[in-house]
Amino acid sequence: MSEILLQGGRILDPGSKRDAPGDLLIRDGKIAGGKPSKDAVVVKVDGLVVTPGLIDPHVHLREPGQSAKETIATGTAAAVAGGFTSVIAMPNTVPVADGPSTIAWMRQRAKETGVANVFPTGAISVGQKGEALAPIGALRQAGVVGITDDGHCIQSAELMRRALEYARMFDLPVLDHCEDRTLSAGGVMNEGKWSRILGLPGWPGIAEEVIVARNALLAELTGARVVCQHLSSAGSVRILRESRARGVRIDGEASPHHLCLTEELVEGYDTDFKMNPPLRTAADVKAIREAVKDGTLRFLATDHAPHCSYEKEVEFDEAPFGIVGLETALGVYLTELVHQDRVPLGEVVAKMTHIPSDYFGLGRGLLKEGSPADVTVIDPERKWTVKKAEFRSKSRNTPFEGRELKGRAVFTIVGGEIRHDLDGRASKK
Amino acid sequence: MSTVWHRKDLLSLRELSADELNQVLVTAKVFKEILGRPIKKVPSLQGRTVVNLFVEPSTRTKISFELAAVRLSADVVSLDKDSSSLRKGETLSDTAKNLEALQAGIIVIRHRSAGAAHFLSSRLKASVINAGDGAHEHPTQGLLDTFTILERLGKLEGVRVLIVGDIIHSRVARSNLWALTKLGAKVTLVGPPTLLPREFEELGVRVSYNLDEELGQADVINLLRIQHERMVQARLPSVGEYAGLFGLNLERFQRCKPGVLLMHPGPVHRGVEIASELADGAQSLILDQVTNGLAVRMAVLYLVSGGRGLGEP
Repeated sequence: MSEILLQGGRILDPGSKRDAPGDLLIRDGKIAGGKPSKDAVVVKVDGLVVTPGLIDPHVHLREPGQSAKETIATGTAAAVAGGFTSVIAMPNTVPVADGPSTIAWMRQRAKETGVANVFPTGAISVGQKGEALAPIGALRQAGVVGITDDGHCIQSAELMRRALEYARMFDLPVLDHCEDRTLSAGGVMNEGKWSRILGLPGWPGIAEEVIVARNALLAELTGARVVCQHLSSAGSVRILRESRARGVRIDGEASPHHLCLTEELVEGYDTDFKMNPPLRTAADVKAIREAVKDGTLRFLATDHAPHCSYEKEVEFDEAPFGIVGLETALGVYLTELVHQDRVPLGEVVAKMTHIPSDYFGLGRGLLKEGSPADVTVIDPERKWTVKKAEFRSKSRNTPFEGRELKGRAVFTIVGGEIRHDLDGRASKK
Repeated sequence: MSTVWHRKDLLSLRELSADELNQVLVTAKVFKEILGRPIKKVPSLQGRTVVNLFVEPSTRTKISFELAAVRLSADVVSLDKDSSSLRKGETLSDTAKNLEALQAGIIVIRHRSAGAAHFLSSRLKASVINAGDGAHEHPTQGLLDTFTILERLGKLEGVRVLIVGDIIHSRVARSNLWALTKLGAKVTLVGPPTLLPREFEELGVRVSYNLDEELGQADVINLLRIQHERMVQARLPSVGEYAGLFGLNLERFQRCKPGVLLMHPGPVHRGVEIASELADGAQSLILDQVTNGLAVRMAVLYLVSGGRGLGEP
């Protein structure tokens, strides 16, 4: 029997409508009731907030196939350092996770090397080529929590319709990276004033909005559940809001960078500001924040996309899209949403715990007796500076280097195992 | 003249002040005078090495930079993509480090990617001169165009300049608009909306979709090349339709101010951007632009290598 007692914190469990001072007991990997034994590891968390383990619904772990960028071991190490106990992994690995054997391999690998829970998604189409449906039923049996061609938006409206109809049979979520490639073709940053100044090809907001609108119509037609990933433009969230008001089962993700960074940061051609979709305008940032606050965007997702330094250290238009996010996301959300915009901490925690857990059926996101002991301890007032040299991710491609943040995960438990202990609390007497 | 130039690089005209722009122009004037002498060579860059790294093909800019460096007595090495390891997949970063290891003092770069000159400058101690980076800027072209206008009109303040053509893909347009507006000229960009998005107004210039309405007020008309190779996104129905709407033909020329100056950065598509007779006519500055390019590039090479200000403003 192993026991951990988190003593003296504020227990914030939005899914159970609990927000009160108290102790939390963990026994044999589960949240437990009753009294701790005398052998329990006592961890003092006075002044800290104890929440269900955070869930990131959008990460790229790069394994199999691209382990120079990241592995399941390093990606999940980055996750727990950022307070995440569960991640939903995108299928754009090499080979693409478009069949049950790759999913089985990933789950096995995660069991052997991961320090956080890994929930794989499968591809919508074979090879993420957007041509033929992947074996969605077999993927589901292999345990995927959703399907997506993330990074390769399904261009054919017909194929997307069929994917939704088919996934509806299992009520399996369909996640879409919304990008009409005829409109974004070749674009590497937001189309607007700054792309004109810098002479870089523009990727306009309309290329996202057209697909969000298509997805909303197809979600309504088919009744399927759709998540529009990492939304970046004001128009997209307007369409989403209108569709949701009519009861369409469509959702969206907000990403840390789209909540606080804007297009002019590309001025120095630094490829750590190159991601897909690109950074947009202050008006878009404002709209995304509003949409998080009013519930239009229910998910907070990093789109953690590691790339090697040598891959990013090239001409801007040649560089791969993407930035890492697992180790900075919580700090950014707390700084921007809680401290700056005065969103209640419980609302932010809800979007990072029981809301994604319920949606994807992860069976987590709560601190109820008997739940898996995935727990994150947050110091919402902790000021810190992002230093990429200290990342546990294999990659360093962050746009937040040197940024002052307020709020950080200081202690993370996954399945009853202490996986992150920033201040060495577990060994303090 | 005292030196206001303290930069090791010339990356863009957007980042230059009016004083810095003026310093290049007055320095270029001195070099132009030297180029008129029987002995056209000065020892200013003796012992220095200039590397022309032309990753994207170019004829006139490359020759102009080579000649400018030679006139300043520098040692000059030129390499293009086909004769360098970039062809073998070497990254720009590695090429740059190798050039630095060879102690190249000044690197002149032409590259298809916007930001390539910034990329080099942030990694090298050597001076970097942008000789055209994608659709971003072509600073020496902007300077030589500005120099040419100033030479002819004796001023830039209040001068009305039309820049006509494929603005969205044009580094020449961008460098011109920054230099001209900082020095007081009034710039109007003209072209079809597919090649001239409205956002350019946010850069301090007018945008017009009707050349005929603009002709009567212009002191200078700069006609940009329509780049067939970049018309990949169906931005124009045809070159013929472009010529009909935006080409400077003889009939349109009749409606211009007397004395209007005609410019083109080359290579010219005769009969598309400009009537052949006009390109060769008395109002054409096309060859003056080429000649002045040499003086301007000498001035830039001289200033980035630490030369003191020359000439009187």
